[in-house]
Amino acid sequence: MTTGRVTTSRRSFLGHSYSLVGVVAALVILAWTLVAILAPYVIPHSIGDIVDDDYFGPMRQGLWLGSDYLGRDMLSRVLMGARYTVGISLAAVSIACFSGVVLGMIAAVTGGWLDTCLSRFLDAMNSIPSKLFGLVVVAAVGSSIPVLILTLAVIYIPGAYRFARALAVNINTMDFITVARVRGESTLYLIGSEILPNIIRPVLADFGLRFVFIVLLLSGLSFLGLGLQPPLADWGALVRENIGGLPFAAPAVIVPSLAIASLTISVNLLIDNLPQKIRDRDA
Amino acid sequence: MSNLVEVRNLRIEAKTDSGRLVEIIKGVSLDIADGEIVALIGESGSGKTTVALSLMGYARPGCRITSGEINVGGKNMATLSEKERARLRGTDIAYVPQSAAASFNPSSTIMEQVIEVTRIHKLMPPEQARQRAVELFRALSLPDPEGIGTRYPHQVSGGQLQRLSAAMALISDPKLVIFDEPTTALDVTTQIDVLKAFKSVMRAGGVAGVYVSHDLAVVAQIADRIVVLKGGEVQETGTTAAILSAAQHPYTRELLAAFEPKPRQAHADADAATKQLLRIDNVTAGYGPVRDDGLPLIRAVDSVSLVVEKGRNLGVIGESGCGKSTLARVIAGIHPAATGDIVFDGKDLQRAARKRSQDQLREMQIVFQYADTALNPAKPVEDIISRPLAFYHRLDRQARAKRVDELLDMVRLPRGLRYRHPSELSGGQKQRVNFARALAANPKLIICDEITSALDTVVASAVIELLKELQRELGLSYIFISHDLSVVEAICDEIMVMYNGERVEQITPDKLTAPTHPYSKLLFSSVPKLDPTWLDGLVRDPELVSQYGHR
Repeated sequence: MTTGRVTTSRRSFLGHSYSLVGVVAALVILAWTLVAILAPYVIPHSIGDIVDDDYFGPMRQGLWLGSDYLGRDMLSRVLMGARYTVGISLAAVSIACFSGVVLGMIAAVTGGWLDTCLSRFLDAMNSIPSKLFGLVVVAAVGSSIPVLILTLAVIYIPGAYRFARALAVNINTMDFITVARVRGESTLYLIGSEILPNIIRPVLADFGLRFVFIVLLLSGLSFLGLGLQPPLADWGALVRENIGGLPFAAPAVIVPSLAIASLTISVNLLIDNLPQKIRDRDA
Repeated sequence: MSNLVEVRNLRIEAKTDSGRLVEIIKGVSLDIADGEIVALIGESGSGKTTVALSLMGYARPGCRITSGEINVGGKNMATLSEKERARLRGTDIAYVPQSAAASFNPSSTIMEQVIEVTRIHKLMPPEQARQRAVELFRALSLPDPEGIGTRYPHQVSGGQLQRLSAAMALISDPKLVIFDEPTTALDVTTQIDVLKAFKSVMRAGGVAGVYVSHDLAVVAQIADRIVVLKGGEVQETGTTAAILSAAQHPYTRELLAAFEPKPRQAHADADAATKQLLRIDNVTAGYGPVRDDGLPLIRAVDSVSLVVEKGRNLGVIGESGCGKSTLARVIAGIHPAATGDIVFDGKDLQRAARKRSQDQLREMQIVFQYADTALNPAKPVEDIISRPLAFYHRLDRQARAKRVDELLDMVRLPRGLRYRHPSELSGGQKQRVNFARALAANPKLIICDEITSALDTVVASAVIELLKELQRELGLSYIFISHDLSVVEAICDEIMVMYNGERVEQITPDKLTAPTHPYSKLLFSSVPKLDPTWLDGLVRDPELVSQYGHR
C-alpha cells in the first residue's frame, strides 16, 4: 500500500505531500459540507411545497433535478437532505469515536479488572446486529434527531473502542510509557500526551471509515422508514420515497443515490490519501 | 582472475521520502582471495551491510546499485539478471544473518530448514543432505548432532541457533559466506563457542568469508584482513595484524582507542564515600503466579542485597537472563519486589513506584537500553526533555526553555536539535536525549540499564566519558547494568556479578584479574581481546564451561 502511494502522482506543499485523488476527494467533502451549512439559504423552493403538476418530472429549467413522487422540487430536497445526512452522521461518529477511543486508551493503560469489564461489556454490545439494534430502539422510543444520533453513536462505540484499545496496548508496552509511569504521571497525561499522538493517524482513518458506515446505516434506517420522518428527509429517505420512479429513470431516485455514493467514496479516498508530512533526515 | 571476489568502484544510491537521491556507497573497491576471511568494520550507517549484501547482487528496498563491478567467481553480480542471481544465492554465495532467531521459521523443524537450500537448487538427494547436515552440526560442535535437527527453533539456545544458521549457509558448499554481525546479539560466554565453531569450519572447508561487525576485538579473532568503512567509503585496508598494530587512518585509531582501558581517577572525597545512598536487602522478585510462601513461581532476582554509596557507581554484570534488568526494574519500582527492603537516602521506599512520593521518584531516574522505544516518537526533543521540568519543578515556559538549553549543552548536543523528532536523531544522539531527560529531574541516582549496548564502540565510549564528566560536575551516583565488562570496568567503583538471579560476587575493578567465583572467572576470561591469537590460545576449564556455559 505504501509503495502504491509513493508511485501515484504526489505534489508537495508546505512540507506535506498530497496525492491528486486525495485533493479531489477533499474538495467533494468540502462541497457537501458547505451545502449542508448553507442549504436553507440557497434552496429555490421550500422542501414541502408541491411545485410541479407532474410527479417524477424530468430535469428542466427551474426544476434542475426534476420533481419527486409528489411533485416537490428535488434540488431543494437533496440540498436539505445533505444537512441531515452529514449533520447526524458527523454528530454520531464524533460521539462514537471520542467515547470509544478515550475508553479504549484508558482500558489499555489501566489494565486489570477495568479493562476486562469494559472489554466484555462492549464485546457483548458488538454482538448485537447494528440494523436490528437501530430498528428496536427507534421502534421503542420513536424517531427523532437526538434519538437517531445517540443510537448510531452507541452502535459504533464498541468498534471504535476495540480499535483504539488494540493500538494503545501496543504503545503501552513501550519504554517511554514506563518512563512516564515512574515519573508519576496521571492516567490522563498518559493517554492524552503519550499515547494519543502516536495513534492519532489510524484513529482518524477509523473516524472516516466509521463516518461512512454511519451514513450508510442512517440511509438504511431511513430507507426502512425508521429514520427521519416526513417532510424532513435525508438522502436515504429520499431514495426510499422515490423508489417508485425507478422504472421511469426518474432523476428523483438517482440523484440522492449518487449523493450518498459521492460522499462515502470521497471520505474513503481521502483517508486512504491523507497528506503525508515529508521528513527528510538530511535536509 | 586471481581473486574470488573483486569489487571495483561500487556505487549504491538510496531514495529518501521526498524522492531525493543519496549516494550511500561511494566507490568501494575490495578483493577477497579464495579461502580468505575479510572483515568489514565500521559504525552503523557506514555501509558495511550494504556492501556485504551487494556481493549477492542484492540491494535493499529503496536502494539501487548505480555503477561499478561486483565480480564473484568470475560473474558480475551487478549486471546479472535476477534469475541468474537467484541461482547463485545459496549455492555459491551464502548469507548468515544477524538474528538467527528471527530468520528461522518457528513452525518447521531445524533439519527441514537447514537442507531447504539443497532442495530448492536440487543439489543432492534429501538423505545425503541430512547426512551432510549432521556432519556440519558435528563440525560446529553442536550438542547431539544426530538429534538436534528434529527440534524446533524455539527448543535450542540463541548461540546454537546462530551456529545452525551457519550450517544452513554451508550445506551447499558455497565459495563465499557472508556473516552479518552473527555474534552481536550473543552473550560473551556464548560468543566464544560460536566464534570458535565458525573459525574451525571455515578453515577446514577453505571457504572465503565476509564478516560484518562493529566489534574490532571479535573481528581480530576471525579475519585475515580488515576493511574499515566510514560514510560509504573505504578508509583503510590491511591485514588484521597491521590494522591492530599500525593503524593509519584517524577513524581506525579512534576505534582502537575505544578499547584501551581508560584510567579512572580515585575518589578524593572520602567523607562522601561513607554515606549510603541506596541499600537493598534480600530482595526477591519474579514472574508467574504467587505461591503460598508469598514468592513468585519463577524468581528472576533471588535474595539480592546491594549498597550504593553517594557519588560512587555500582556495576551489575551478567549474561542475558541473569536477572540484572529485573533488578533495575525492582529498584525503580516498575516491577515491585515480592520480599525485601529498599532504603533510599535514609528512608524506606515503597516497593511499587505508584506508592512512592513524587520527590522519591524524582531522585531516582532510570535510563533504558533502547532509546528508540524510550523516547516518544511523536514528540520533539524539547517536549521530551522539558516534561520532567514542568512535572517535578513546575517551571514556566521561559525557564523550561532555558533549562533545556543547559541540559542539551550538558549532554553535548547542539541546541538546534530541540526541534527534531527522535526519528531524526542518530543512535548516540537519542541516547543522549534519553539521558538528558533523566538529568532534567535533578536525580541523586541514575539507573542505567544497558545504555551503551545498542551503540557503536566509538559512540559508546563517548557516552561513557560524558557520564563520568557529569558525575564530577553534579555528584551523581550510577547503577550501571551491562553485559559488557569493559564498559562497567571503565566507570564503576564496585562490580557485582549476577548469575541465575543471584549475586555471585562483588569486586572492585582493580581486582578484576583475580575473581574468586568460578562464574566470574569464566565470564571475565570470555571477553575478547584485541590480540588476534587470543581465541586460539584461549584455554577454558571444561568443567566451568559445562557448569555455567549455555551450549
